[in-house]
Amino acid sequence: MTVETFSGAERILEPSAGALLRRRVFGHAGFMIGAAIILAILAAALLAPWLAPHDPYAQDLTRRLVPPVWDAKGSWLDPLGTDQLGRDYLSRLLFGARISLLIGFSAALISGLIGTGLGLCAGYFGGRVDMVASFVVTTRLAMPVVLVALAVVALAGGSLHIVVAVLGLLLWDRFAVVTRAATHQVRQLDYVAAARATGCSTARIILAEILPNIMNALIVIATIEMANAILLDAALSFLGLGVQPPLPDWGLMVAEGKEYMFFSPWVIAIPGLALFTLVLAINLVGDGLRDLAAPENRN
Amino acid sequence: MLAFALKRLALALLVALTVSIISFSLLRLSGDLAQALAGPSATAADVEAVRKAYGLDQPLWVQYLAWARQALHGDLGTSFFFKEPVAAMIAARLPVTMTLGVSALLFALLVALPLGILAALKPNSWVDRLALTLSVVGQALPSFWFALMLMILFGLKLRWLPISGTASWKSFVMPAIALGYYGMPTFMRLTRAGMMEVLASDYIRTARAKGLRAPAILLKHALRNAIVPVVAVAAVQLGFFLGGSIVIESVFALHGVGYLGWESISRADFPVVQAIVLVLALFYIVLTLLADLLNAFLDPRIRVG
Repeated sequence: MTVETFSGAERILEPSAGALLRRRVFGHAGFMIGAAIILAILAAALLAPWLAPHDPYAQDLTRRLVPPVWDAKGSWLDPLGTDQLGRDYLSRLLFGARISLLIGFSAALISGLIGTGLGLCAGYFGGRVDMVASFVVTTRLAMPVVLVALAVVALAGGSLHIVVAVLGLLLWDRFAVVTRAATHQVRQLDYVAAARATGCSTARIILAEILPNIMNALIVIATIEMANAILLDAALSFLGLGVQPPLPDWGLMVAEGKEYMFFSPWVIAIPGLALFTLVLAINLVGDGLRDLAAPENRN
Repeated sequence: MLAFALKRLALALLVALTVSIISFSLLRLSGDLAQALAGPSATAADVEAVRKAYGLDQPLWVQYLAWARQALHGDLGTSFFFKEPVAAMIAARLPVTMTLGVSALLFALLVALPLGILAALKPNSWVDRLALTLSVVGQALPSFWFALMLMILFGLKLRWLPISGTASWKSFVMPAIALGYYGMPTFMRLTRAGMMEVLASDYIRTARAKGLRAPAILLKHALRNAIVPVVAVAAVQLGFFLGGSIVIESVFALHGVGYLGWESISRADFPVVQAIVLVLALFYIVLTLLADLLNAFLDPRIRVG
């Protein structure tokens, strides 16, 4: 009795697991900076209709290529200036955040489902299944992604859905490779053998026992692929074969501003910086999650 | 070793065949090629005429077999747009893309190797931090945007380098940087990790105990072993550079294979696109094959297990 009370008191003095986790998360500068930037961009995207000073599609040909407010010729009317058609740049930037986030998130989701499924099967069943899966991954890696994506989007039409689908169907290789390796490791563990011994079905073992244990790795890969999809979408739009005007896609804004970049460098500098910031933030969060999930950093 | 090499070669051939089938089907199935060729203002009868003329009315597998038979004989078809043999068009553009790819690789290695070695020698020093910052920033830069920024700075403001064309080696400096920086972080990390592992090993301690001078140890003993994984990855990375050069080539108007691919996509010139996909895939497959064989040659555990 006394012993139990004692150990109980001891436990109160120790910080709880949640508090430890919180301390580790908040102590990781890269993760915190990245997360703060992502939250800010997410808020900007969600609140775009209220934050944007103008309609992002409204043209005003009398006010073309007005410089941003910090320039001598700029004004608070268009804080980040206007583009070649006189559309307010800040408004376009805010609405553009929606496109980048949507594409990054959906493409990572699709590729995650494909890659994880393939990797789980390859890692769990091994043998011939593994051989086929690794052949599929090798084949996918041999295809020049940008060229194939460009050609397919050009033929199928550059709508948002098509771009998301094409990117999602192309970027699953890393998911598959990592899931395969992780599954291969986890399936040898005792608790998987125990689950098999108690008669769990294969589907249950894979989904309920293995999948939760490789989730950390999957989330890290998801951030990498999200960043990849955003960059690739921007490149497609930049080449004029991704989503089409007048959508305020950041890559498209760089492409449209290219002609004017020598006299008005900010028309390409601003959307490019936005892309860079978003991708950097996603990568920082991904790196942070990997550090936080690594067993040697616990406690 | 021979059995391993033959097995790898067979796999590579199978991958090449599969890539050709998939890319052929993708390009035929993702839209109506005849419509794209005839243009938006064509009548239904025009579209049908185009379909017949180019044999696009036949079943997909018939079209593929016809194409594959020619391809095996080195005939990659005829451009819809220029009415020229595709193989000759690609061959004429390849030197530009190869120069770009190789110089991008050289740039990445020239920056990454010294930084990686210094970072490994002094972990957590300012060099190590600089290397880390460079790789974090590098992986977030959109390549086309970075290229445009280089153009504004070095081409327009400083006027050091030409902003387009292939007139001299100077024309390749900016494109090589814009293409190569993306591969830099990988090399840097590999070099750093490899060097740290080797430097902690027994034979380096022995070399030190023998009284060899630090630079001799570093170059003769450590680097030689630490560099092995870098060489293999460099081969694969070159494949990626060649495949990814399309964006950079179109920014700098370098008339290489990637630029041709981009133009051909815009013109619905699909025999050319198809052939370029195949050629780039073949480069990647051959380079990975070489990397695999090199790895197996240097590390017997791979070819046995």
